[in-house]
Amino acid sequence: MIKAGYKEIIYRYKNMPGGIIEAYHDLNDEYGYLPKDAVIDAAELFNLSVAEAYGIATFYSMFSLEPRGKNAVRVCRSAPCQLGGSEELLDVLQNALGIKAGETTEDEIFTLEHTECVGQCQATPVFTVNGNPYPGLKTGEIPAVLAEYQA
Amino acid sequence: MVNLTIDGRQVSVPEGTSVLKAAQSIGIRIPTLCFHPDQSIKANCRICLCEVEGSQVLQAACASPVYENMVVNTRTPNVIESRKMILQLLLANHPQDCLNCIRNGNCELQELAAEYYVRDNPFEMKTRHMEKDFSTPALFRDPDKCILCRRCIEVCSVVQTVNAYGMQGRGASSIVVPSMGEKLLESTCIMCGQCIHACPVGAIAEREEIDKFMDAVSDPERIVVTQIAPAVRVAVAEEIGKRTGELPMDAFVSALRHCGFDYVLSTNYTADLTIMEEGSEILERISNNDRLPVITSCSPGWINFCETFYPDLLDHLSSCKSPQQMFGALVKTYWAKKMGIDPARIYSVSIMPCVAKKYEAARPEMNASGFRDVDLVLTTREVGRLFRLNRLDFSKIPASSLDSWMGNFTGAGVIFGVSGGVTEAALRTAYELATGELLEDVEFNAVRGMGNIREAEIDMKGTKINVAIGHSTKAARELMEQVRSGQSKYHFIEIMACPGGCIGGGGQPLTRSDQQRAERIQAVYLEDREAKLRKSHENPHIKTLYDEFLIAPLSEKSHELLHTHYTPRNNQYAVPGYSPQACQKKN
Amino acid sequence: MPGEMRIVLRNQGQVDPFKIEDYMARGGYQALKKARAMKRNDLISEVRESKLRGRGGAGFNCGQKWFFAASAENTEKYVVCNADEGEPGTYKDRIIIQHDPHSLIEGMLICAYAINGSKGYIYLRGEYSYLGQVLNHAIAQASDHGLLDGFDLTVRRGAGAYVCGEETALIESLEGKRGEPRYKPPFPPVQGLWGKPTIVNNVETLANIPVIVEKGAQWFSAIGAPNYPGTKLFTLTGDVNRKTFFEVPSNTTIRDLVFKYGEGIPGGKRLKAVQIGGNSGAFIPENLLDTQVDFDSMNKAGLTLGSGAVLVMDETRDILDVITRIEAFFEHESCGKCTPCREGTPRLVGLLEKIRKGDGSHFDLDLMQKLGRIMSRSSLCGLGMAAPVPLLTAIQHFPNAFEAKVSKKTSEEGSPW
Repeated sequence: MIKAGYKEIIYRYKNMPGGIIEAYHDLNDEYGYLPKDAVIDAAELFNLSVAEAYGIATFYSMFSLEPRGKNAVRVCRSAPCQLGGSEELLDVLQNALGIKAGETTEDEIFTLEHTECVGQCQATPVFTVNGNPYPGLKTGEIPAVLAEYQA
Repeated sequence: MVNLTIDGRQVSVPEGTSVLKAAQSIGIRIPTLCFHPDQSIKANCRICLCEVEGSQVLQAACASPVYENMVVNTRTPNVIESRKMILQLLLANHPQDCLNCIRNGNCELQELAAEYYVRDNPFEMKTRHMEKDFSTPALFRDPDKCILCRRCIEVCSVVQTVNAYGMQGRGASSIVVPSMGEKLLESTCIMCGQCIHACPVGAIAEREEIDKFMDAVSDPERIVVTQIAPAVRVAVAEEIGKRTGELPMDAFVSALRHCGFDYVLSTNYTADLTIMEEGSEILERISNNDRLPVITSCSPGWINFCETFYPDLLDHLSSCKSPQQMFGALVKTYWAKKMGIDPARIYSVSIMPCVAKKYEAARPEMNASGFRDVDLVLTTREVGRLFRLNRLDFSKIPASSLDSWMGNFTGAGVIFGVSGGVTEAALRTAYELATGELLEDVEFNAVRGMGNIREAEIDMKGTKINVAIGHSTKAARELMEQVRSGQSKYHFIEIMACPGGCIGGGGQPLTRSDQQRAERIQAVYLEDREAKLRKSHENPHIKTLYDEFLIAPLSEKSHELLHTHYTPRNNQYAVPGYSPQACQKKN
Repeated sequence: MPGEMRIVLRNQGQVDPFKIEDYMARGGYQALKKARAMKRNDLISEVRESKLRGRGGAGFNCGQKWFFAASAENTEKYVVCNADEGEPGTYKDRIIIQHDPHSLIEGMLICAYAINGSKGYIYLRGEYSYLGQVLNHAIAQASDHGLLDGFDLTVRRGAGAYVCGEETALIESLEGKRGEPRYKPPFPPVQGLWGKPTIVNNVETLANIPVIVEKGAQWFSAIGAPNYPGTKLFTLTGDVNRKTFFEVPSNTTIRDLVFKYGEGIPGGKRLKAVQIGGNSGAFIPENLLDTQVDFDSMNKAGLTLGSGAVLVMDETRDILDVITRIEAFFEHESCGKCTPCREGTPRLVGLLEKIRKGDGSHFDLDLMQKLGRIMSRSSLCGLGMAAPVPLLTAIQHFPNAFEAKVSKKTSEEGSPW
């Protein structure tokens, strides 16, 4: 599938003062990360310096300037999830994906990251895939979830 | 007026005054780090914290507006303890490098540590272990020393609109970086060095090259010749504990000889020369309506800015080299011949208020003499260090004059050191050249002042010339946007990259305020007023130069030695202004 | 659940969040109609007299805030809903948005009328992006029904920064910048988004507004504790049988939260500690459980209500482990602008790790406390001020958890100098 170009995505927000973060979200959704040239294009559209646009991109946890896998798997490590077994959950995911937190799989399908609380504390521990929450799953249920995203 | 109590003393100040300023007004000097008199309030260092009755938390004095019956205590044990621990937090993340640091003895953090008798640190020492940045020949960055006050970001973005610096990351891993985390050379940095003045510590400094000077001096084959820029003499006094302007030229020259210079000459001489060359160029281009406005080219920070952000408008620049480079080209040709010195032995130094000059001297095309025209640039600060190294006692130093053939100058050359000076000097000569009349009153007040953009309409016997003077590259940007959109009404524009002009240059003694700049400007105009000759074309040694060597302004010889070309940068970070659409000149 | 009092959650499970007709059938948007027929000053007085206090954690009188913004004339004004719910253990705002988005929108519209605001934003944390759909749908439906009356309401996403829950950091983020808090004054109701008067209210706070307008200040202020009337949403996590959410009057005790609504601790284990208020809340022992949850009662006991998250820990839990993770959260989320928080949060974590490993001394323990106290009074914003609270209260109430790990060296001997 042909990806939308940087300018095409960024221009969606040309009439939104302060809309660069929305533009970054859409870029992130399309590419999985923020390509350097996209940040430069965003600076130009929003009339910011490149340094400022870069400073904004590097402030927020959800954005990365390094390429990531197609799917971002994030494991919550905040206190409620820690009490709920987040360390074991991380082990399970690290084993299932064959990578450590902060790494991307060889086939570039998954990146595994830590996250802080995502507000699903009714069933801990929690992980998300592309922002979709999976709270309180049993170990045996996890492979099926990952398989959904394998395609 | 608002009445409040600070440390038990009553004070009355206008509404809107900060606690910091209110305290200052009665002699209570609350310590600060991120505060800067010419910048916005940041309130991030938390050093200026005070107790305010009624508040459970401490308040930053810089960001707290006074209110009626406010009760402030700036020195309670609670406050002192808090400030000290905040200092210790900063110091624990700072290289313990004072002895080696270029800011040893002149550092705001060091000063505070001394005032708060910091003898130990309960926190484990650790630093960021980031790479030092030696990418430019002008500036040097040590990110490990950064205390994240953000004064550099503000001066680069707001005052200069260069935006080379920004923040990267968040929390404890936040750090100031150029552009997208590159080295300075790849960023939009124009090497004006204003960030050096803004930095309270040794995180940003000039590339110190005193060793090269020492090597040259100790080499018996080398003849070490220096030029001194117009803005240096007034300010170098500040390096030796005097007030600005209080070091006479003959004491300065003498001191330089004591440091090891064989010959001491003056850039003010080639400033006069620049007026001859550029004055002729300007008149020619105005009468031919050729690429107007014509824009000055003596500020290398400005040249870098133009090459980076306005590469499509480079043909507006005067083709004249800066006085520094004109000097360099002549000292190893004309002067060497006149003095009977083998040019291969000449080590050509320049003493500049500028760090961008270090870059300018190293530009590949600056070798018209057949050698490197300028071998070494030393800043005013580096000269200050040389003076201290040699332990010169200025109360006993014998007077000494500048050497011949390139040491003679007029007041017009001196005023190059301030914003508006090049214009005024040019007008003094252009007026007489164009009208054939004697100019009685040489002071053009219309072009003087601190306003970032000033304009004047000069009536030269019927011909009206519109001139504009800009200082700081923010002013440059505004003026160049007009040029790009075809809406510039000027014939001639003078641009200086640094606020105030060269007297505020990146290589000057640390410049903390506009007040300091204003004092230096006054000292330069005083020097002009006291000069015997005040018009460049009256300089007898300039006449000699043309008679014996150059023939006439804009001659073939002049073009060979004294004129230059510029190079578009194609810097991907120079947005806006990078995209092809923006670069297309509109007519 | 019995004992609950569902004001904010009045429509929970009773309406399809995608059907405005359901909301209106239960009286939705009648309060808005009533509000718009009132004089603005009267409306603001009503909200002020209800004594509704901010439910995001700051606890400022809502009507009073509106009053400040309303006073400004001849200027654009903004209404911002703080849906940046990032406090670990908290998901109450998600429940409101997911199941009854119109309660939030109606609250915003009433506020907009009160202060004469023209534009509104729902700042939705990035991790709740999937809730954008239900919100945008609800806004569109409200618009179709002519309810917006010229008010321009959009949803804007955060991008993973807890600090953007602080109102001025949130405003910076809306302006498309790094989410770094501003120093105050000026306060947002006077000078906020784009320098204009701005009201930033929490989701739960806004969801209360329609009911207050409908039933009146007197009715509301009689519920729960007099100094902090109304109800509060709580979310229980950790070692508790019912990890769930509920809404109770503000004079409920913490003990009731854990043992009545939470149905106690699994496996019949003993309670060791409760952290109340979210990640920045105090650690309390069993003997403080009878404290009422209203703002002032909590304050008197040295506690804050915060977001209403309650983390329960049983006897098997290692306080030091949990505290270390809590302080590491702050290290990760500190914006980095001010010295005490940027430099202090990693130092707290470092010292805790040192003590956990068994390398710590009393010197380190004293240093953590001193640093914590100084952070609490020197930081630029609430994050840095609150970050040390869990640690300081844990040391205060559970000294043995720390003593056990610390060497027998005295303060002097432990000093690195």
